[in-house]
Amino acid sequence: MIIELGHHALVLAFLVALLQGTVPLVGAARRDLALMELGRSAALVQLLALAGAFAALTHAYVTSDFSVLNVAENSHSMKPMLYKVTGVWGNHEGSMLLWVLVLAAFGLAVALRGHGLPAVLKARVLAIQGLLGAGFLGFILLTSNPFLRLDPVPADGRDLNPLLQDPGLAFHPPMLYLGYVGFSVAFSFSVAALIEGRVDPAWARWVRPWTLAAWSALTAGIALGSWWAYYELGWGGWWYWDPVENASFMPWLAGTALLHSAIVVEKRDALKSWTILLAIIAFGFSLMGTFLVRSGVLTSVHAFAVDPDRGLYILVLLAVTIGGALALFAFRAPAMAQGSLFRPISREGGLVANNLLLATATATVCVGTLYPLFLDAATGEKVSVGPPFFHATFVPVMLPAVLLAGIGPMLAWKRADLEGVFTRLRFAALVAGAVALLTWLLQHGHHPGPVIGLALAAWLAASTLIEWTGRVGLFRRRGIVARIIGLPRSAHGMTLAHLGLAVFICGAVGDSFWRREVVVDATPGAVAELAGYRVVLEDIRSGNGPNYEAEVVRLRVERDGEAIGELRPERRFYPVQGTRTTEAAIRSRPLGDLYAAVGEGRTPEHRTLRLWHAPLVPWIWAGALMMVTGGLVSLSDRRLRVGAPRRTPGPVTQPAGGD
Amino acid sequence: MARVVFLLPLVLFAVVAGYFAVPLLTGRDPGELPSALIDRPVPDMALPPLFEGAPGLASDDLRGGVTLVNFFASWCLPCRAEHPVLTRLAKSETLHGISYKDDPARTRAWLAELGDPFERIGTDTSGRTAIEWGVYGVPETYIIDRDGRIRYRHAGPVTRAVLEDEILPLLRSLREAAS
Amino acid sequence: MRFLAIVAFLLLAPLAAAPVHAVQPDEIFADSGLEQRAREIFRGVRCLVCQNQSIDDSDAALAQDLRTLIRERLVAGESDEQIHRFLVARYGEFVLLDPPFRPGTWLLWASPVLALLAGIAIAWAALRRRRSPVEPAALSDDERARLAALAASDEEGQ
Repeated sequence: MIIELGHHALVLAFLVALLQGTVPLVGAARRDLALMELGRSAALVQLLALAGAFAALTHAYVTSDFSVLNVAENSHSMKPMLYKVTGVWGNHEGSMLLWVLVLAAFGLAVALRGHGLPAVLKARVLAIQGLLGAGFLGFILLTSNPFLRLDPVPADGRDLNPLLQDPGLAFHPPMLYLGYVGFSVAFSFSVAALIEGRVDPAWARWVRPWTLAAWSALTAGIALGSWWAYYELGWGGWWYWDPVENASFMPWLAGTALLHSAIVVEKRDALKSWTILLAIIAFGFSLMGTFLVRSGVLTSVHAFAVDPDRGLYILVLLAVTIGGALALFAFRAPAMAQGSLFRPISREGGLVANNLLLATATATVCVGTLYPLFLDAATGEKVSVGPPFFHATFVPVMLPAVLLAGIGPMLAWKRADLEGVFTRLRFAALVAGAVALLTWLLQHGHHPGPVIGLALAAWLAASTLIEWTGRVGLFRRRGIVARIIGLPRSAHGMTLAHLGLAVFICGAVGDSFWRREVVVDATPGAVAELAGYRVVLEDIRSGNGPNYEAEVVRLRVERDGEAIGELRPERRFYPVQGTRTTEAAIRSRPLGDLYAAVGEGRTPEHRTLRLWHAPLVPWIWAGALMMVTGGLVSLSDRRLRVGAPRRTPGPVTQPAGGD
Repeated sequence: MARVVFLLPLVLFAVVAGYFAVPLLTGRDPGELPSALIDRPVPDMALPPLFEGAPGLASDDLRGGVTLVNFFASWCLPCRAEHPVLTRLAKSETLHGISYKDDPARTRAWLAELGDPFERIGTDTSGRTAIEWGVYGVPETYIIDRDGRIRYRHAGPVTRAVLEDEILPLLRSLREAAS
Repeated sequence: MRFLAIVAFLLLAPLAAAPVHAVQPDEIFADSGLEQRAREIFRGVRCLVCQNQSIDDSDAALAQDLRTLIRERLVAGESDEQIHRFLVARYGEFVLLDPPFRPGTWLLWASPVLALLAGIAIAWAALRRRRSPVEPAALSDDERARLAALAASDEEGQ
């Protein structure tokens, strides 16, 4: 019964989304306020209907209703409650339902928050959100209905892949979707602006908070997924340049560029058509990610079992939305290309360079990811584009971007005094030089990678701090607190995010160049030594979980002859799916992780013990967390809150200020 | 000129979308790998026999006539699935087998159960010969022409459709070319 | 971020995700320099059975065989390039995660440079177009004063 209600709610949401997607557009064209207002109520009804549908599916999972095909295929009565709930989005159909739910939530948020928004613009934005919703709801209803019944009803379900039964994954997909779908708002604003044929600084001020929210969520989502891969898959890697990873990275790169270019629109009324294009591209990559994951055109040998109808439907959806938006762009953008005067050496010049580099990086990842597909379709040749390609291309493009991120925030708008900036940055250059020298001297083997990487990170951190201390006047005597509070939150947010990038780079460098590994065949009592640690295999025990059998290997960690901790890597067997997993054990300290995983050994008594010392890995997550926090702090800036009056400038803001 | 620049994103997108459509519309499996050894001579090998006293399989055995070579193993489920098709094929064609990373006793038992369609059987216990052939999974089936060159590779079980649509026509054309 | 990949797998065919323990203890070289070279090569060779992994990460039997084979060739004194040639001759260029530079991949390797140059060209053209209608007209004193006032208010507004 509840399932049927859920299905009906889904159909209702589809119909309402169609209304939301059409009526306000007509209203906007006719300047009919009543028709335009329909978008708001439709957005509310759509969200309520989808929340109902989602609740119905969740109810089926929680009560283990195996008469529902989707539940029977992806759940099990013995599964812990947390994973019964997160299992709702651990499969294709459920994750699509979550996707449209998030989309509808963003739609309603626009409807509720956009008080200062002109009625026509708002009506159009809501209508485009409605059309997107209708497209995806149609997809779910036609190809991926989660409410299909199963007859006869099986005694129990097939369970969720044990690898996905993990707390880290509970929040990864929702975060990722908040990011992907969040870019839909910027997309809708762009298409609405194109229909209107007008973009002004106010438009950028309305778009920026949504972009910031989406960007923060996407950053968190990617970081969570990366963290999960690191501790759960037992390979100790955190980024593989896998097509599916790249699919989430491309919208992130485009979204990062968009965040920066929107500032130029807001402050200088320039880069308008470029910013609109970036918004379309960021959302386009989000959709492309969905397509790539679900169509099977790029994944692996196991991909052919994918339903080609689904791939085709998403491709058509992609062609209509993104193709349509780009056609509109080609048609309307030339008319509004006029911007204000522009000098290369200025804040806006720096942001243009930032965008050039980020766009190049996005293009590089995109071409690298899709090239095997192109070459295969064009000539039938098969090539692989793996991590070595991305290391050789993406990294060199990002190096100058990081260098620039240190300089850019110090440049004044319109015309900057480059000499003055360099004077202020002398100290940062000194720090970077010292770090480079120290790294060169201290590391084993003179590899240039860590030297360049850490020096750049130091440069970015130092110059960001110099800029921030300059603005809050840390070295002036009185009123520091007032000045810190007085500074726009977006300035603090930028500082935090750029520092986060510097911290992240340290982590990436440490792990990529200094990781040490020991692999031994061990029985109880065996000893392995690594990076100053002595690891003793104490015993092997069995311990069972709610829906798995486990073998726990206890390792004693010693340093300088003293026991300092214990690691308990596990091997698990999940009988329902007949799947084995390894649960790595990690001892995480600020300077690095000690990582242990066990595998089958040469004899029944032996275990293959794999130990890594991964320097600075926690910095990767810390850096990501700082970026997310920076985004959120910036989001809380009063000026970005839609409808809030522009704050009168505080006395402490420096002329070179802004964000 | 300016307008062309604004058209660029749309054009690039259309190209990408077009390439996405190709594998979806043609139903081609993007995971399928062509062999790197097509039109190359068979790799040098001299494999020991499976049955004592029977001949093994060497490169020279694959010259002088159109032959087929099948990599198989008793532990491989798809091999069991394709076995009836191979048995039928072996009635009219010369089919050699290479047992891949398998215990000879088990292979013998497996063949005793299902029937032995192979003319000669070589054992590749180390899997080295398979690497020479570029095998990435069992079963794989190769067609070798009179000059001992590899002309075709099918990865995965030979189904009736593959046999009718690909293998038999190629065998016919190879024979016609020779006569 | 493997999450979606795994979800993708799940949707396709129930794939038993085996516990992963790639390089085995008994295969490691005592000579750490040679071991490092071996691992470097492994990281650049695709595991053909699992497709999106290198043979350094993979525990598939074929990956194990390829590692052993590469180790033997290293011990025999072959160069990295000879080993790559050996693998490509049998498995095609698909086996290399680092795509070689040849006509089919020129576009791939040139793409970052092309993208950057195209971006610079477009940015430069846009800047020039924007400047030309503005600069030739000299400002009157009145306009200058208004501009200065505007600039001042804009500065304050930040």
